This record gives sequence, structure tokens and C-alpha cells, in this order.
Amino acid sequence: MSIAGKDTAVLPEADVYEQRALGFWLYLMSDAIIFALLFATYLVMVGNTAGGPGGGDLFSLSHTFGETLLLLTSSLTFGLASVALDSGNRRQLLGWLAVTFALGLGFVAMELREFHGLIALGAGPERSGFLSAFFTLVGTHGLHVSAGLVFILVMMAQVAVKGLSRPVASRLERLGLFWHFLDIVWIGIFSAVYLPGILQ
Amino acid sequence: MNNAPTAGRYSLKRYLGGYVLALLLTAIPFGLAATAALPRHSVLIAVGAAALAQVLVHLRCFLHLGLRTTAPERLLAIAFAAVLILIMIGGSLWIMFNLHYRMWV
Repeated sequence: MSIAGKDTAVLPEADVYEQRALGFWLYLMSDAIIFALLFATYLVMVGNTAGGPGGGDLFSLSHTFGETLLLLTSSLTFGLASVALDSGNRRQLLGWLAVTFALGLGFVAMELREFHGLIALGAGPERSGFLSAFFTLVGTHGLHVSAGLVFILVMMAQVAVKGLSRPVASRLERLGLFWHFLDIVWIGIFSAVYLPGILQ
Repeated sequence: MNNAPTAGRYSLKRYLGGYVLALLLTAIPFGLAATAALPRHSVLIAVGAAALAQVLVHLRCFLHLGLRTTAPERLLAIAFAAVLILIMIGGSLWIMFNLHYRMWV
């Protein structure tokens, strides 16, 4: 039907990145639905402690508050990295990405410490339906944050080696969507899991 | 030197404002849970309201979502996801707690 050369079949560069951002956005929405199902499962299972410990016995308010601060501040520092990307400041960008990585690593470390403590108490995922749902929901979020940490390292290497090219900037933009999205999921976790558990 | 390919899309002020608002909306539910001054039911409602407000702050200030500025297909996708999430969480809770009520009371 068309006699146009193959060049016209390729989208202009700006549209390609726009499409990739939209594709990543659609992925995030499907991820949000996975988390919604895990939240629904948790809320249904929260009372099924099978005679074992409940949230009130296991969760610590200060520990959760520390995790929340780490993740929220890492969202801010990622924003500062985006601002540095905007002004084309490579050193600042790398610096803020490194700070974001450190805060995210601190979050994962705190979460692993909590999980380790729970399992040592005999409150592992096999103890009750409540704990299975708890570990699945919070663990899935922790895995996402860990994947985000790897993503940050890869992007730091790309910024260092390739500089601020258009493709690198577009990947950083998608990493930003991912990182800020994980912080939103965490709001749900402390509001639906930890605080109601502690209030029991 | 401004050779950045995304020039001018991210504003420092918006990130800082979002961070302060988010901190405030985090401090309120944690403070209420720590002091236990109110009955559990009211605290849970306040926690839910603060969470909803904080999600909106994050969407606006960190994910730069705006009804006019964001592409319509993205808004459509997030609206669709929100509807699915409401149906799935709301529906699961409705069915399971109704079942629980009928089985055990």
C-alpha cells in the first residue's frame, strides 16, 4: 500500500522515547494491580493467626518509621538527581544517585533485619496464614526495591561511561517512575499492615 | 552548560514541597499510633485519609501527574488501574467478610 522507504516506518526519536515511557507506565499499572491483590489477600488473612503471634506482638513502630523515612528521603534524593539531569550536571547526578542507592540499601537492610528477627522468633511465613500473607506482600515490595537498586547501579555506570545521552536520560526517567512508584506502594504497606497491626 | 535532553521538566521546588507534605502526612498517622490518644476506629480512619492524601501528593509532586499536563493515555491507564484496584480490594473484602459473618455468627 505504501511505497515509502523503511525510514518512514521508524518513529521520530522523541516519539520512540515517549512510547517507551508509556509502555513502562502500563507496566507500573499492572504491577500496582499485583500489589492490590496482595493487599486484598493480606486484609482477608490478617485475622488468621492460627494461635500464633499477631501484628501487635511483632511489629515495631519505630522500626517501621525508620524504614518509611529512608524510603521517602530516597524519593526526594532521586528527585534531586532528576533536577541535576535537567541541568546537565553529571557529577551532581551521580552523587544524588549514589545517595538514593545508599538510602534504598538501608531500607532493604532494615527489612531483612526485621524478617530475620521474625523468623528467629518462630514467626516465619509458615507459621500462619497471616504471616504468609505478610511475608508475601512486604517481601514482594522488598524484591522490587532490590531490583530498583540494581537498576540504579546500572544507570550510574551508564551515566559514567556514556554520559548524558538521550537514551540514557530516557532510561533514568523510567527508573524515576519505578522508584517513586515503590514509595507509593510503601505508603499502602505502613498504612494497611504496620499501623493497624500495632494498634491491635 | 545545559545540554540535558530533558531540560526544564523537573523542578526542585516541587520535589521539596512534596517531601515536606509527605513528611507531614507520615508524621500524623505515626504520631496518632504512638500516642494512642484516640479510639482505634478513629485512628484507622485518620491513617487511611492521610495515606490517600499522601498518595495524591506523591502522584502530583514526584510522578508529575497533572490532569492537563499528563498525556491522556497515561491518565486513562491510571484511572483504569484505580478502578480495578477498588473492585478487587473492595470486592474481596466485601465477599470474604460477608462469608465470615454468615459462617461464624
